[in-house]
Amino acid sequence: MEAQAVLVHERFDEETNTGIPHDKMGMWVFLCSEVMFFTGLIGSYIVLRFASPFWPQPSTVLNVPLTALNTFILICSSVTMVQALAGIRSGNPGKMKLFLCLTLMFGAIFLSIQGVEYWKLLHEHTEHYPHGFNPHASLFGSVFFTTTGFHGFHVFCGVVCIAFVTGKALLGKYTQASHQGIETIGLYWHFVDLVWIVLFTIIYLI
Amino acid sequence: MSHETHKATNYMAIFWWLAGLTVVEVCYSSVLPHEHKAALILGLVGFAVIKATMVALYFMHLKYERKSLGIIVASTLILGCILVGVGIAEHLLPRP
Repeated sequence: MEAQAVLVHERFDEETNTGIPHDKMGMWVFLCSEVMFFTGLIGSYIVLRFASPFWPQPSTVLNVPLTALNTFILICSSVTMVQALAGIRSGNPGKMKLFLCLTLMFGAIFLSIQGVEYWKLLHEHTEHYPHGFNPHASLFGSVFFTTTGFHGFHVFCGVVCIAFVTGKALLGKYTQASHQGIETIGLYWHFVDLVWIVLFTIIYLI
Repeated sequence: MSHETHKATNYMAIFWWLAGLTVVEVCYSSVLPHEHKAALILGLVGFAVIKATMVALYFMHLKYERKSLGIIVASTLILGCILVGVGIAEHLLPRP
């Protein structure tokens, strides 16, 4: 009787009415809400920039080459994340562990570079911003730190989650048949990369 | 979602495309004079949309997902575009 109940429970877990695993569907719904969150931030940035009589050319204030490097690092982290998933799907846990560790490393490097960028902006005195470029200095400063800061917080959360998943992977908790956690956190990580691609263009380049 | 289709995806090719487009984007923004604002914005937003689409389709595997998921994501993107579009139109359209 008990074995039958377990079997029924497992079948209920496997069969979903959408054909998509529940945790993966939950992550997609969460990401949709995140799309609206970042759309609000990006929309505010665009409207404020249009409406503002003075708006400095971002390349004169921000360090574009350093941020381009950071963009490249985040793209690297995305490809290592998808390679980790491909590794466990092909039954190669060694590849999964290696690429998860690399993803974690790239995420940490991204955050470190963003920290250095913030520190320089806040403490370097320029002609336009004699007291440093900070949220009090101008409307651009306020919107810049809000938008990139929220993105940085998302990257931080992603790094914490990937550290947890990597720990589980190193303990051998994921198998070729059961690795939904990696796919779910991978979706979040790629989304963070996707948002940065848009933010980099709109805030740093235009 | 079949695993065979994922195996067929060349992730490294997508990576090099993304990295290459990032370099092109940075060069485009530094070479093009900032007086040509429309060309600058259209070009850079175009590059960003291509890159974001590649990440969503190949890294997030949206290309191989069920249509129902695509509809959910598309409806969110449409709502987002409306939100930004209304904000821009509010500023650009002449006021009575």
